[in-house]
Amino acid sequence: MNLRRILALFQRHYFLYRTSWVRLIELVYWPVMELLLWGFLTLYLQGVGSDLPNFLELFLGALILWDVLFRAQIGVSLAFLEEVWSRNLANLFVSPLTPLEFMAGQLVVGFLRTSVAVGVLVVLAQIFFHFNIFEMGLPLVAFFANLLLMGWSIGLFVSALILRFGQGAESLAWAVIFLFQPVAAVFYPVSVLPEWLQGVAWATPAAHVFEGMRSVLLDHQFMPGHFWSAMGLNLLYLTGGTLFFLWVFKIARKKGLFLQVGE
Amino acid sequence: MLKSKEKKPIPSKRIIMGKEVLRVEGLGKRFNHSWVVRDLNFSVNRGEIVGLLGANGAGKTTILAMLLNLITPTSGNVSFFGQTGDGNRKGILTKMNFSSPYVDLPHRLTVFQNLSVYGQLYGVPLLREKIKFLCREMDIESLLNKKYGQLSSGQKTRVALAKALINDPEILLLDEPTASLDPDVADHLRRWIMQYRDRQSAGILMSSHNMQEIERMCDRVILLKQGRTVAEGSPSILIQQYGRATMEEVFLDITRNGSEA
Repeated sequence: MNLRRILALFQRHYFLYRTSWVRLIELVYWPVMELLLWGFLTLYLQGVGSDLPNFLELFLGALILWDVLFRAQIGVSLAFLEEVWSRNLANLFVSPLTPLEFMAGQLVVGFLRTSVAVGVLVVLAQIFFHFNIFEMGLPLVAFFANLLLMGWSIGLFVSALILRFGQGAESLAWAVIFLFQPVAAVFYPVSVLPEWLQGVAWATPAAHVFEGMRSVLLDHQFMPGHFWSAMGLNLLYLTGGTLFFLWVFKIARKKGLFLQVGE
Repeated sequence: MLKSKEKKPIPSKRIIMGKEVLRVEGLGKRFNHSWVVRDLNFSVNRGEIVGLLGANGAGKTTILAMLLNLITPTSGNVSFFGQTGDGNRKGILTKMNFSSPYVDLPHRLTVFQNLSVYGQLYGVPLLREKIKFLCREMDIESLLNKKYGQLSSGQKTRVALAKALINDPEILLLDEPTASLDPDVADHLRRWIMQYRDRQSAGILMSSHNMQEIERMCDRVILLKQGRTVAEGSPSILIQQYGRATMEEVFLDITRNGSEA
């Protein structure tokens, strides 16, 4: 791994975002709309009465953390799509850049996109709903790290699918993560799910994170079991995402896809 | 008229030609049960320009892509500087580069930003000076702060060539290097590439459909038909062998009739 080459890739995206106000707006537009819409709905529901304690905190906390996962995944996938859209993959891979360095560059871009989008949400949640996510304390770091890792893993998986099936598979970048939303138990506990689906949920790192979040907000208790389960699963997911990308990379070389990537 | 033409010519320090930089043995590629390149053997020496000629679909781009490791060959071996295998791939790639009108650079980045990113990927020292030098030579200095996507196709070709030269490659692979250029700029670039070959003792493999360009630039030509070599030699020898007046006539003879000399 060569840090200079990873930084060069990061710089390529920095140059892009610096001059593209459309991309900067896209970065925060949907998360902000979601926060405002669901935040005001939550205020209304709280007003008409809800038996659930910390209703607003639970809902907004889940919404912001879900966005960590979504933005991390979309950040990685979009970093890849930018290269596809600009037909630049062949130039990149005839340079000394290795596939692992390329992936690392994508992850850095994913991390920064997530930090900017979630940072805006945190500020707006404080301004509009007086919700301070940092009141979760140190466990918040554990939640953020685990959701980032899961988002990265799925982002790599989606990038590999786009490499294999071309730009026609682009919509997967926005859709795949929502396959996980029902079993991630973002807004409800895993126990709500049918028993057979609970097994799937416990194999999803995000489900452990959201259970852990509820435990912190409702019982003021950090559950190390959930943290370590999420970490262990993420290790598997990230290894799987990396190996899948490398495998598809090999297929791409065999089929000459780097010169054909497009529709 | 190109500004750089008025400048002093680049000093020529030609190193003795002969040492092999690239060797291809039995190279082949099969896509879906059909061979697009088959049993290809050739070499490129230091200080030599070798031309790949063939009709559309003859396998030129596939050959260049296999040499660049963008396509995995089905059979055969490729060695650079006498070394084969993936073990030293990274070291080899730092000494190679390529340009093709069919591969783009990011459109929203300026010319300077694009060259800067690639310079860092290749680990080029004194990058800013290098970019300025190349852009002066390619007469694209005034475009440095212009977005790549806003350039004309001829300007893009010159930027792509500047990118291909950013690391002073010892092996340069050029896919139609003067496509979309007007005759004046194309002539300037041809002379520049030949001077570069002399100065760096670089081995250059290029594909082109411009037969005059091939005649003028190439020390040796490999003529391909359906992925196989059908003729090889210096342009003057091939013209003589086929009893024709120009390389264009040789090319037409081979592609239309497939005749042997």
